[in-house]
Amino acid sequence: MKQICLYFEIHQIIHLKRYRFFDIGRDHYYYDDYENERSINYIAENSYVPALQTLIQMARENDNFKVALSLSGVGIEQLEMHAPQVVDLLVELNSTGKVEWLCEPYSHGLASLGNEESFVDECKRMSAKIKELFGQTPKVFRNSSLIYSDDIGAQVAAMGFKGMLTEGAKHILGWKSPHFVYNNAINPNLKLLLRDYKLSDDISLRFNNPEWSEYPLMADKYMDWIASLPQEENVINIFMELCALGIFQPLSSNILEFLKALPKCAAERGITFATPSEVIKQNESVGAIEIPYNISWVDEERDTSCWLGNGMQREAFNKLYSVADRVRIATDRRIKQDWDYLQASNNFRFMTTKQASVGLNRGIYDGPYDAFTNYMNILGDFISRVNSLYPMDVDNEELNSLLTTIKNQGEEIEAKDKEIEKLRKKLEKYNPTEVAEPKKAPAKKAAAPKKASAKTAVPAAAKEETSAKKAPAKKAAKK
Amino acid sequence: MKVLMFGWEFPPKIYGGLAVASYGITKGMVEGQPDADITFCLPKPCGEEEKFLRIIGMNQVPIVYRDHNYDFVKSRVPDYMSPEDYYRWRDNIYADFSYMNVNEMGCMEFAGGYPGNLHDEINNFSIIAGVLARSEQFDIIHAHDWLTYPAGVHAKMVSGKPLCIHVHATDFDRSRGKVNPTVYSIEKNGMDHADCIMCVSELTRQTVIKEYHQDPRKCFAMHNAVYPLPQDYLDIPRKNHGKEKVVTFLGRITMQKGPEYFVEAADLVLKRTNNVRFCFAGSGDMYEAMVDLAAAKGIADKFHFPGFQRGKQVYECYKDSDVFVMPSVSEPFGIAPLEAMQCGTPCIISKQSGCGEILDKVIKVDYWDIHAMADAIYSLCNNEGLHTYLAEEGLKEVDAITWVNVSLRIRRLYDECIYNGGFMNKTWEECEAIRVDIDPMKGR
Repeated sequence: MKQICLYFEIHQIIHLKRYRFFDIGRDHYYYDDYENERSINYIAENSYVPALQTLIQMARENDNFKVALSLSGVGIEQLEMHAPQVVDLLVELNSTGKVEWLCEPYSHGLASLGNEESFVDECKRMSAKIKELFGQTPKVFRNSSLIYSDDIGAQVAAMGFKGMLTEGAKHILGWKSPHFVYNNAINPNLKLLLRDYKLSDDISLRFNNPEWSEYPLMADKYMDWIASLPQEENVINIFMELCALGIFQPLSSNILEFLKALPKCAAERGITFATPSEVIKQNESVGAIEIPYNISWVDEERDTSCWLGNGMQREAFNKLYSVADRVRIATDRRIKQDWDYLQASNNFRFMTTKQASVGLNRGIYDGPYDAFTNYMNILGDFISRVNSLYPMDVDNEELNSLLTTIKNQGEEIEAKDKEIEKLRKKLEKYNPTEVAEPKKAPAKKAAAPKKASAKTAVPAAAKEETSAKKAPAKKAAKK
Repeated sequence: MKVLMFGWEFPPKIYGGLAVASYGITKGMVEGQPDADITFCLPKPCGEEEKFLRIIGMNQVPIVYRDHNYDFVKSRVPDYMSPEDYYRWRDNIYADFSYMNVNEMGCMEFAGGYPGNLHDEINNFSIIAGVLARSEQFDIIHAHDWLTYPAGVHAKMVSGKPLCIHVHATDFDRSRGKVNPTVYSIEKNGMDHADCIMCVSELTRQTVIKEYHQDPRKCFAMHNAVYPLPQDYLDIPRKNHGKEKVVTFLGRITMQKGPEYFVEAADLVLKRTNNVRFCFAGSGDMYEAMVDLAAAKGIADKFHFPGFQRGKQVYECYKDSDVFVMPSVSEPFGIAPLEAMQCGTPCIISKQSGCGEILDKVIKVDYWDIHAMADAIYSLCNNEGLHTYLAEEGLKEVDAITWVNVSLRIRRLYDECIYNGGFMNKTWEECEAIRVDIDPMKGR
């Protein structure tokens, strides 16, 4: 039986404002609030709200309908801030029980290409956010713009995901069909769902194009195409951005009516809908697929050239990720937030010098050089803020080990406090009358470790040993 | 195909951009089209012009009949023309000009260049054009810049052949709107009579349509190009100034070129960094004012005025720069950025420059937007990626802009005029289709 795996992505960038180099060091706010509010409201009104209402209706009316969604963290923040009605609709859609939430990098950035630890960190944060909002822990992963390579797949598998979505790019598939489940070449436990770009783009790219030979596209015709696929080709992955419904293809094209008719037409032809997890569970992998170079779902090339194609983009990218480790160990919340917003891949896309880029709107920028200049000015300010957190002459590794030491000791102290607490309770059990004495003891104990941590924080690992020795000694004494 | 061309300048004697453009167009045409036969009429050739085309010195064409024997004529005419030419022209004198100031050969003298009595010279030039139009064989007339429009119109009246005029600049660009009525009337008259108007940019084309009220059907943008640099220019090394960067303005220091915006932007840059130097090369009527302005801003220590640059010095100046800026208020084309790009120097140009229409690998800002200009300068000085990208890609881009291609487009318009009845018989859509077809940015 054929299964359609329908998936939508929600992501909107936080727009950067015009930031001249005179502002470097003077102005640490980088965002165009007006444009953010305007654009997200426009998109919500014309796409997200009607599209989600349609999906909710479809989920309620059709037993066989399932859908998968993912959000970028940046996108959620935008929605929470400016269009909370969309979040409500997402929650409502979630309550139908027919939605699977996928995980993606929080920033919709290129961390998977730049910094492994940041990538893992972002995915964890995103998982937590999804769990918090919808009570589901994502099992399947999709990278920003479906960027994938064998190595990225292996990282994703290491994070515990069971499956991953990517592009069924022609140059990697060759004669193979995207209508099967494949697996990662390094870690066979990670199953891959490949986007059928033809069927997906028929909706998201061509639906309203009167010059297209198949125009107008109707749901029954569309389902006929799927039904007429070879019998053994069972998994049809249709992935697109949610704003394809309403923005790329205007509502006036009746795209939502088309969508609504899909489940019924599918049922008539014995086709069902499934979420990525179900597909992965129900289908065995037909084999590993080797993708040594990065692919994505963008442009005809389906690679990363629209973000990292020219020297400017690579310089910006390298400069941004040069501080990735520092930002990760930082605790300043504004730095962390700016880090998310600056990473969004859209910022790099604005700098592309490729001639043909589908649907590229450079916003306030005149052209790639303008986009680059503006971004680099902001990055210049951001990096100087990051550098001012910790002294520049301490290199990352050293800094990291110092911070780890501090963190480890903090954890150790915490563990010891817990143990002391436990012991004290035990003690209370034995000597229920002596309440006054143990009360004094914890105060003393709490003070001692603090001193130790303060000492070790300053120079190096040498003292770590002494403090580590000290602590158990004390613990022994208390026992 | 024979072309009768009227021009005012030709290398090696260069007064301005017109000479370079005239050279490029003719050379490109001769190289790219074996059947092209160009007769180029100059007021006063110096005799050292390249010989790929036939040069006629207007100061050698008689307008008053003088009876000289063959040997005498042979001894008087320069070696690039023959006594037969002289006799042929003499036989076609069409009116009595004996009241005019002519020499013993019956010819008029020209000062050449742009003397005080320019309007007289323009008039004389057109009188002589009448003689040539009667005695020469040609299929089309091509007149460069307003100085030669009257000659072109006259030749058209006499011969009935189609007239193309080439608008290298208009008085609107030179004067920021305060036009000289005499110049305007000459320009307008030339355009009115032309069968085809080639403008050096779409910007100029729009001026021609709006300010000179020309029919858009016969107006076409015909962008300039550049010739590959000779080896000795290529061999000039690019200097590395270490941490210090050099930002250059090169051109006439005059209102049209927007020099004050350059100083203002420089001031903004220098407020935040001090590893940048500014080079202000050229001379002009605003030179003193700019020195004063730089001094008043307190940035004179970072500002250098090397004066007018000529020949190889220009290219040394480009190669010595990290950024080239052309903040022109109104620039019909502006060849300087292309030359800078040939030297591998990234450019910032104003959006009001015609050359921007065919260039992608340059930063374009509004001439008045000194903040954007300063930002772009700062970015080029501080971001290696942008600098490298624009230097490398700019070189590739400018190498693809060749005069041979330009002359092929000109040929297309010639053919329309000669064989297909010109543009005024065509519909707007047909002319638009031709316009799109010869667009240099087509397919980019």
